[in-house]
Amino acid sequence: MTKKPVQFQLNGDQKATFVDDGQNLLDVLRRGVGDLTPKFGCAQGTCGTCTVLIDGQPHMSCLTLAETVEGKSVTTTAGLENGAELHPLQKAFMEQFAAQCGYCTPGMLMAAKALLDTNPNPTREEVVEAISGNICRCTGYEAIINAILSVAGNSPQRYGVR
Amino acid sequence: MAITVETHDRLDDAARALASDQNARFHGGGTLVMRTVNEGDEPFSKLVLTRDPAYREIRSSGGSVVLGAGVTMSAILANRELSFLHPVARSVGGPAIRSAATVGGNLFAEAPYGDFTTALLALGASVEIAGSGGQSSIDDWLRDRDRNRNRLVRAVSLDRVSDDRSFRFRKISRVKPKGVSILSIAAYLPGSGSRITGARIAFGNMAEKPVRSSGAERALDGQSINEQVAEAAAAAALDGLNPVSDAIASEWYRREVAGVHLKRLLIEG
Repeated sequence: MTKKPVQFQLNGDQKATFVDDGQNLLDVLRRGVGDLTPKFGCAQGTCGTCTVLIDGQPHMSCLTLAETVEGKSVTTTAGLENGAELHPLQKAFMEQFAAQCGYCTPGMLMAAKALLDTNPNPTREEVVEAISGNICRCTGYEAIINAILSVAGNSPQRYGVR
Repeated sequence: MAITVETHDRLDDAARALASDQNARFHGGGTLVMRTVNEGDEPFSKLVLTRDPAYREIRSSGGSVVLGAGVTMSAILANRELSFLHPVARSVGGPAIRSAATVGGNLFAEAPYGDFTTALLALGASVEIAGSGGQSSIDDWLRDRDRNRNRLVRAVSLDRVSDDRSFRFRKISRVKPKGVSILSIAAYLPGSGSRITGARIAFGNMAEKPVRSSGAERALDGQSINEQVAEAAAAAALDGLNPVSDAIASEWYRREVAGVHLKRLLIEG
């Protein structure tokens, strides 16, 4: 199996690694460059827990052929906090009990960030749509929707767009 | 099976690479092919990709639109001129799937997927094959789809719909706000509001691939939509259709509800 060199930005840092033919981005993030925040769920693009942003757009990293991120910018949940300071979405999820087992949380956070980056003041319906590709089997979604809405409507400065 | 990945700068080179190897598959957005790769039981040994910008181009000219086969559902949603396709593109997965899922990939999607192709079938789109493959109607292309697996689709062209009432789309699923479709219906009703001429009614998941309902089309042609006409179209909708049975719904259930949903689409819009 051929190894190919790939360079991309991960949460603002330049990364260079080798990927196998056919290897998906989730595998490269977790095993190749050691970012364990995107989770392995279904490997079918159904559960959404592996969601990352590629050039600002949400993508299922399990369905993304790793070599296609050459030269692109990838953002994961690890890129949300600023040192010891959590991102407003992370704070809202924590304070409003939007995580129970927490396995879906990284994907939910990235789906929410993708929404708020382009639509800082979404309606409830738009929030529901934004996380419609992400499955949570614990919370029943209400707490997640409410947490995202509580961050929405804040100014971009307070929301902390990076 | 170990696979190799070939990326070509030019679409025609990718088309040649695909055509020359029966064990190759084209990677558009990856939402279908990567599922198979992740399972590790892929029936192919090579993935072919292209970086050609033409593959992802949207062109409008007069009343027609050309969608490069690599145009994603997100790109369609971001294009105001394609507003008639927005409900269709929005029905495909969540945002993270729509960022990757392509027009060309949807053409090859097996039931219970392929809702965008159902709309293209109702709209009478044409499918352009890269290389010297020429162009064919989507009806012909779908009929021969199994033989087209190693032919690279360059683009899909269709007439833009300016009258919202003349094109209607509905995806029916059990999971809200969205899930895999039980069935999808796309209706092109030129002349809607007066008498319909040349109706095209397409169903997704009422056969192994999107299929037109000739019975419903006959019931609608020359008519104005009202309760009785919609009822007649619903009653005739199943003529010649063979719904699939899968984990989402049985063949029986699909037969039971298809007419009901067609009638609602016609009456409620």
